[in-house]
Amino acid sequence: MAADLQEAGLASLVDTTISVITNDGRNIVGILRGYDQATNLILDECHERVYSSKSGVDQVVLGGLHVVRGDNIAVVGELDDDLDQQLNLSQIRAAPLKAVQH
Amino acid sequence: MLFYSYFKTLVGKEVTVELKNDLAITGTLHSVDQYLNVKLNNVKVVNEAKYPHMMSVRNCFIRGSVVRYVQLPPGSVDIEILHDATRREARG
Repeated sequence: MAADLQEAGLASLVDTTISVITNDGRNIVGILRGYDQATNLILDECHERVYSSKSGVDQVVLGGLHVVRGDNIAVVGELDDDLDQQLNLSQIRAAPLKAVQH
Repeated sequence: MLFYSYFKTLVGKEVTVELKNDLAITGTLHSVDQYLNVKLNNVKVVNEAKYPHMMSVRNCFIRGSVVRYVQLPPGSVDIEILHDATRREARG
């Protein structure tokens, strides 16, 4: 069981860049510094990617260390640097994600 | 623990997870934990034109609390086993 949990958790993502989708539909990119069993996250060097259907993606620097409460987290994605560099954020038009409706 | 055990038998299969924000993500089930958080590998968002928010993500962790549906490959659902297990669980 302990081995399962280790594999299932976020351990492999520590100190890598991740993309977090929150329950209110925001997308935060930062370096994962820590986490716990409730999926609370400690994020370093964060910025938010603000999507808009009218203009390209706006990157808002949040900076510093942030703690995101697990209750508020939907998806934690492992950001692939190669794929990310191929993206042309200024050309992407999309409505912001909807908030989670429980 | 029934569905935890059940999802563990599906590791390695291709599943589609629909979230409570209407985002649907297809990928190979990598792992599941006691909260039914799931990790998917080689993910592809359904309707990527509308949802380009995860284009640079290949592997992801989805929190169990935001999952609405998990769509399973029909061939890997053994209804008999599920029947028996749910009855056993209901009896206690």
